[in-house]
Amino acid sequence: MLTKTSFQGKLTKTDNLFIPFIVAGDPSSEFTIQFALRLQEEGADVLELGVPYSDPLADGPTIQRAAQRALRAGMSLRKAIELVPELRRKGLTIPVVIFTYYNPVIQIGHEEFFQLLEENSVEGLLIPDLPFEESGEIRQQAEQKNIEFISLIAPNSDQRIKQIAEHAKGFLYCVSSLGVTGERKDMAPEALSFIKKVKQYSQVPVAVGFGISSNEHVKLVRSHADGVIIGSKIIRLVEAEIENIANGKADEALDHFTIGVRELVK
Amino acid sequence: MLQAFPDLKGRYGDFGGKYVPETLMGPLQELEAALDKMMTDPDFIEEYHHVLKEYAGRPTSLTYADKLTDHFKGAKIYLKREDLNHTGAHKLNNAIGQALLAKRMGKEKIIAETGAGQHGVASATVAAKFGLQCIVFMGEEDIRRQELNVFRMKLLGAEVVSVSSGNGTLKDATNEAIRYWVANCEDHFYLIGSVVGPHPYPRMVRDFQRIIGDESKRQFLEVEKELPERIFACVGGGSNAMGMFYPFLEDRSELIGVEAAGKGIDTPEHAATLSKGTPGVIHGSMTYLMQDENGQITEPYSISAGLDYPGIGPEHAHLFQTEQVRYEAVTDREALDALKLLTQKEGIIPAIESAHALAQAFKEVPFMNKNETILINLSGRGDKDMATLMEHFQEEV
Repeated sequence: MLTKTSFQGKLTKTDNLFIPFIVAGDPSSEFTIQFALRLQEEGADVLELGVPYSDPLADGPTIQRAAQRALRAGMSLRKAIELVPELRRKGLTIPVVIFTYYNPVIQIGHEEFFQLLEENSVEGLLIPDLPFEESGEIRQQAEQKNIEFISLIAPNSDQRIKQIAEHAKGFLYCVSSLGVTGERKDMAPEALSFIKKVKQYSQVPVAVGFGISSNEHVKLVRSHADGVIIGSKIIRLVEAEIENIANGKADEALDHFTIGVRELVK
Repeated sequence: MLQAFPDLKGRYGDFGGKYVPETLMGPLQELEAALDKMMTDPDFIEEYHHVLKEYAGRPTSLTYADKLTDHFKGAKIYLKREDLNHTGAHKLNNAIGQALLAKRMGKEKIIAETGAGQHGVASATVAAKFGLQCIVFMGEEDIRRQELNVFRMKLLGAEVVSVSSGNGTLKDATNEAIRYWVANCEDHFYLIGSVVGPHPYPRMVRDFQRIIGDESKRQFLEVEKELPERIFACVGGGSNAMGMFYPFLEDRSELIGVEAAGKGIDTPEHAATLSKGTPGVIHGSMTYLMQDENGQITEPYSISAGLDYPGIGPEHAHLFQTEQVRYEAVTDREALDALKLLTQKEGIIPAIESAHALAQAFKEVPFMNKNETILINLSGRGDKDMATLMEHFQEEV
């Protein structure tokens, strides 16, 4: 049985979820807001807002490049969180998950970090280098603040699948195939049987990410999982417009982006 | 009795642990299980020691540096000669242990990261020796600085992958090696070169390097009948120091880890992680690291590629916090002067890394008594550093 609502009541769907990922500050805060709004218009149900990091271990070259662009633009964990109310003022209503590596969180300190998330009305949190065994304290603090701590699960999680799935909040992030984030040509068939297994234990929607890069992938995932998470491919759409943005052709850039997203999730 | 660190969660007090993407949790558990099994398997331990003896040439010598001792007129100076180990540094001890483990686990492909190239060469060497495929990740900048070692690795049959992200140094090579492992963990073994990374790596590398300290202790007692007053070792990630210090942790000897102060710890160009860094997570482990106020990891600097790393092994962080080891930092210039002095007094050209340990020892030894003794871990030889040394000493020699 899937829970009916989550993310402080802001997510009422439990299937057919579209969860895009963009990097805060790529290429600027202003454009992050614009891209987020376009994603919402194209049906995004949850926004994963990535915080750029100098050493993103779980990310492939596309997201590494985005992080470098955002860092050059002066983005930080604190600024990314403070961008959320800005997004709200401009019309974003879907829940936001802050996606950050753990080290910047340590530097702010757990207590102040959660205070920041609360003050800025962030609904979710994902820390890719904080596996179940290391995340006890953070999960507890997130629960107290009514913030969904998103867990990742991998095909080789084996006997840990049950443990992770049973404790999952918000949605469960299934790593569709082994590897860092990036685009792959085909969905691995063993990924599909893995999704089935996870769904047995999970009480939250099961979303699949890592390597989803075409409309065919999206359709395939949608027919088996409750949601699709798209990161690198969306970042590529942003990246393709960097030149237009630099040349002051903002409307053109945003329209291209919209067309790309529409093609991907139609 | 030695301390029971790490604990079952892979922690050394506040440090260590496994801060890795979910995809690596399975492989780390698999590694831990295999390691626990092998480290209590007499056949495995015997094979490891056999290879160290017959192939690497261990035990390495303990050398009394009589002319240096006369020069400083202080404590007696002894050198543990890891420079005499096959391939020219202590790195091979660990590479042999991990390669044997990889074979027992049925993994035919190994991945390694390298800075100066010493660990890359050690990995390529054991891969050749044990019939494994080897991919070495190396920063673009380090490839330029260590041309000779790059060629050695290729000659040994390894594939060297150039890493251009970041500044193209050891930190970036490690990131890329981890990413590659994430994608290929089913049939690849990641052979980490220092006491860094997620649990159980820091413990495993320490246990494959403690041979340095175990031998030293035995050799020292044979010659001097008692243990040295002070023991010095250089620290980048910290594997030679951990291997040397670990068997002495419960003894009366004072242990001194020497970091790279680069152009000075008051300049931005150094790699003195404990002296100037703060706690955080790097490469899967909670430890000290060099970072900015937003928690972005910063680029270190040292003349020595082997010490040019913004983190440090979590056990060192623990030993620092609990004041069981004293950590100091010496500059490029001090290390170079110490290198030249050892070379001209004893006819031993050390690696620039090891020269950092020498430099700190040389600062202290004149103030010690003649009946006292010190031990310096000479972790590697300087052949690989000739191009750098020529730049600095051309006009002096």
